Amino acid sequence: MLHIDLADQYQRGASLIHRLNPRVKILGAVLFIAAATILPPGAWLAYGLLLAGAWLAAHASQLGIGYTLKRSFVALPFALAAITLPFTVPGQPIAHLGGLTISAEGSLRFLSILIKSWLSVQVAILLAVTTPFHDLMRGMRELRIPKPLINIVSFMYRYLFVFADEALRLMRARAARSAVGTGGKSGGGLMWRGRVAGGLVGNLALRAFERSERIYDAMVARGFQGEIKTLTSPPLTDTDRNVLVGWVTYLAMLLLVGFIF
Amino acid sequence: MHPFVVLSPVRLHIPDGFLSPVVALVGWLLAVAAIGYALRQTRGQLGEKQIPLMGVLAAFIFAAQAINFPVAGGTSGHLLGGTLAAIVLGPWAAVLIMTSVIGVQALVFQDGGLLALGFNIVNMGLLTAFTGHLVYQVVRKILGEGRNSLLVAGAVGAWISVMVGALATAVELAASGASPLKIALPAMGGVHALIGVGEAVITVGALAFIYAARRDLLNIGESAPAQARARWAVIGLGIALVVAAFSPLASGAPDGLNRVAADLGFDTRALDPLYEVFSGYALPFVNNPNVSKIVAVGLGTLIVFGIAFVAARLQRNKANA
Repeated sequence: MLHIDLADQYQRGASLIHRLNPRVKILGAVLFIAAATILPPGAWLAYGLLLAGAWLAAHASQLGIGYTLKRSFVALPFALAAITLPFTVPGQPIAHLGGLTISAEGSLRFLSILIKSWLSVQVAILLAVTTPFHDLMRGMRELRIPKPLINIVSFMYRYLFVFADEALRLMRARAARSAVGTGGKSGGGLMWRGRVAGGLVGNLALRAFERSERIYDAMVARGFQGEIKTLTSPPLTDTDRNVLVGWVTYLAMLLLVGFIF
Repeated sequence: MHPFVVLSPVRLHIPDGFLSPVVALVGWLLAVAAIGYALRQTRGQLGEKQIPLMGVLAAFIFAAQAINFPVAGGTSGHLLGGTLAAIVLGPWAAVLIMTSVIGVQALVFQDGGLLALGFNIVNMGLLTAFTGHLVYQVVRKILGEGRNSLLVAGAVGAWISVMVGALATAVELAASGASPLKIALPAMGGVHALIGVGEAVITVGALAFIYAARRDLLNIGESAPAQARARWAVIGLGIALVVAAFSPLASGAPDGLNRVAADLGFDTRALDPLYEVFSGYALPFVNNPNVSKIVAVGLGTLIVFGIAFVAARLQRNKANA
C-alpha cells in the first residue's frame, strides 16, 4: 500500500520545553549535538550524561522518553556506512569471523559513532516536535540566518502538504489505470515504469510552476512589494536565560568529564 | 515513522555522529558560501518573484521525491531532483531549492543530521546541481538541438550528478574516520551507480513531459544570467577535491606531506602537547595516514581556493573603483 501521511511533526503542549523561546531550543539542540560530535570515542561516562540530559529534556516536554525513543532509530540504516570499522581499524583482536579479525579499537569507534548518532537524533526530534514550524523559522531568523532563505523555506513548508497531496493523487491515478497480474506482477519493463514515474514528476512540476505564478499574482494583488513582513518575537525571559545557562554549563561539564576520563 | 524516510532508498543524508567536528565545519563553511552566493544570484535573476517561485518549487521537489516506482525485491526508485531543478531553473536556483528541501528534511523529519547538514547541502545540492547542469550543457553542445539531445543530456547529467554526490559522501566519511576510503568509495559508488539509473530515468521522463507540454520553460535555465565564472569556480573546486582524494592513494611513495612536515620540523614532536590534544579528538583520522593526508590536501585546497577568491574579489573591486 502506498500511503503518504505527511503530517506536521509538532505535538501540542504547554510544558517547560514547549514554552521556551525557539532561539534557546535551537541553540540548545545544536550545542548538544556539537558536544556529542566533539567527544572522543569510548567516553562512556560522558555519553551516559548526554543520554541523561536528552531524557531529562524529553521528560520535561511531557511527551515522555518513550516518544522520542520510539522514533530515534531513523538514522540506524546509515550505520551500514561504518560497519566495516571493526574489521578494518588495526588493533587488539577480540574475535574472528571467517577470515576477518574484529579489533577492539575498531569496535569501540563503531559503537561510539552509533551512540553519538542516536543521542543527537533524540534531541533533534525533541526540537521538531515541541516547536511549531513558524516558531522554528522565527528563531532562525533571530539567529541571523539570511531572511530570504527563511522566507523561501517558510513558503515551501506552506505548500509542502498541497504538493504531497497532488503527488498522492497522481500516484493513485497511476495505480487506478494499472492492472496487476497474478503474483503482484505489474506490466512494462523497468525503464518503462521509471519513465511513467518521471511523467508524473514532470506533470507535478508544471502544476507547481503554474501554481507559483498564481500565488505570485495573488500576492501582488494584495500589495506584495518583495518584502515579507514578520512579527518580532518576545524577548528572552528569565526562564529562557536560566535554562540556556544551565544547559551550556551541563554540556561544558560533560565535555570535561569526557576528556578527563 | 515518517513515510518519506521509509520510501527513501537514497541514503545520502548523513546523520549526526558520522562526521568529525573538523569535517562538519568545513561542510558548513562551503554550504554557507554557496547559499549566500545563490541568494544573490537568484535575486538578480528573479527579482521579487524569488521567494514564491523558489519556495513553491522546493515544495514540488520535496513531494516529487515521494513519487516512486517499483524496482526489485521491495526496493523502489525515486528522484533526488538536483539535476532536474538545475536544468529547468539554472544551477544557483537549484542550489537554493535543494537547500530548502534538505534543510526541512533535517530539521523537521530528522532525515540527515543538523551538524552534518552543511555537507548534506554540498553533496545533494551544490554538487548535484552543478555537475548535472555542466554535463547537461556539454552533452547538448555536442548533440545539438532537439528532443533526443535534451533527453540524453538529462540522463547523463542526472546519473553523473548522483555519482558525484555519492563519491563526495564517501570521501567525507573516510575523512571523518567513519569508514575506510578503499571500502567506502567502491561501496557508495556501486550502490549509487544503480540509484543513478533510477534518477536518470525519472529525470528523462519529467523532461520529456515538460518538453511536450511547456517547451518554453526549458529555456529559463539556459538563459540564467552571468554564472559562467562562478560555475567554473565550483567545478575547479570539485576537481581539486577529487584530485586531493586520489593523490595519496595513487602515489606509490606517499611521502609528499611527510617530507614537507619533516622539512618544516613538525615531525620532531616539538609541539607534543598540542599534537596530543589534536590526536585525542579533533583529528581522529590521524591514525590513517592516507585519509589524514587527503583531509590535509583537501583543507589546503580550500584555503588556497579561498585566498584566490578573495584576491580576485579585491582585484575586481579595485578595477571598479
